[in-house]
Amino acid sequence: MHELTLAKCLIDLVSEQAEEKGASRVTRIHVRLGVLAGIMRSLYTCYTTAIRGTICESAILELEEVPLTVRCPACDEVKAPPGLYNFRCPDCGTATHEVVTGREMQLVSVELDYDDSPTPPAPHRGAPAHAPTIPRSQ
Amino acid sequence: MCGVCGCGEGEVRIDGKAADDEHHGHFHGPHRYHSEPHQGHDQAHSGHGRRELVEVEKSILANNDLDAGVNRMRFAAEAVLALNFVSSPGAGKTTLLTRTIEALRGHVLVAVIEGDQETANDAERIRETGAKVVQINTGRGCHLDADAVGKAYDALECEAGTVLFIENVGNLVCPAAFDLGEACKVAILSLAEGEDKPIKYPDMFAASDLMILNKVDLAPYVDFDMDKAEEYARRVNPTIEIIRLSATTGEGFDAWVEWILATRIAARARADGRSDIAQARHA
Repeated sequence: MHELTLAKCLIDLVSEQAEEKGASRVTRIHVRLGVLAGIMRSLYTCYTTAIRGTICESAILELEEVPLTVRCPACDEVKAPPGLYNFRCPDCGTATHEVVTGREMQLVSVELDYDDSPTPPAPHRGAPAHAPTIPRSQ
Repeated sequence: MCGVCGCGEGEVRIDGKAADDEHHGHFHGPHRYHSEPHQGHDQAHSGHGRRELVEVEKSILANNDLDAGVNRMRFAAEAVLALNFVSSPGAGKTTLLTRTIEALRGHVLVAVIEGDQETANDAERIRETGAKVVQINTGRGCHLDADAVGKAYDALECEAGTVLFIENVGNLVCPAAFDLGEACKVAILSLAEGEDKPIKYPDMFAASDLMILNKVDLAPYVDFDMDKAEEYARRVNPTIEIIRLSATTGEGFDAWVEWILATRIAARARADGRSDIAQARHA
């Protein structure tokens, strides 16, 4: 269920921005996701849970998918491999590990609304994720 | 576990569907979420305030990556080699660790951070070897994160030059995304599993520098094609190193111990600001 963690990380990041700016609410969240992140659909699923009770509660989530490209060391060019997990140059077949695009999990921009009356921002923060317990050794 | 609300009610799945779907009113398709906030968005328009678009360009995992960066700097400053062990449950991480601790005795100091959802059983097994160990229980969490590892590292009070093994939660999916500040991830695949795991769970094998094929002593008894497993691993990660061993019999352990010691020297060279090549030239 790391998608829920990711969704909460995203909302925390957006809420920080909104609170710093003194915004009343967030109306739009633009996220760029690489195909290798593999969380396009599940981020949608976790989104409404993550925004509940936060300054982002009425925000639209916009997801932009980024295709996979790799740098072929033989051709010295950026290429689109034939499959998601087949990191080979489609032209010369050389294996490469250098992913150029496709791993992104990036918050691109946020759209903020400000009410007329300048009221101090409410402390809208999502509930903290389950905190791991770390007993001391011995 | 239900990935939406985090409650334990949705764990049972029949043919991929939640067995108690009705309890989970939120088990619907993604597009509905898009339309619901739309209403809120339109309402927002009816106000008389102003609207601003703010460019952010930050990784969603920025906070974890920040914590991981701090861990990495601390490891480097204290010449600690941190290795993040990732695998399915039951691949033999803890047995591999206990035998590795024995093999490294007299060579280097070893400390262990154990990650499990519940129990301190693994930490107890490590403690019996005499190595320093801290157990992290993630509760409902399916992976370790950099913050928890940083706190566990505080509790360990490692001496300089220690090799720190971080045994992640047994899970071939989620831990791939979370940088802990380790020098590298070590994926463990056992012969009791399917040889196609590297292509079924490609992210983990793509993110790892080394794959250990564990339980090679089972080769006569199981239908596992080791060559095929290696080919699959290289398909998702052309530069991955591979070591075949058995943590039970000790077969192949020399190569593993050599790998750890060589990686430790390389990591220290990097921490000292020298490249591996420069160091090799001076040697």
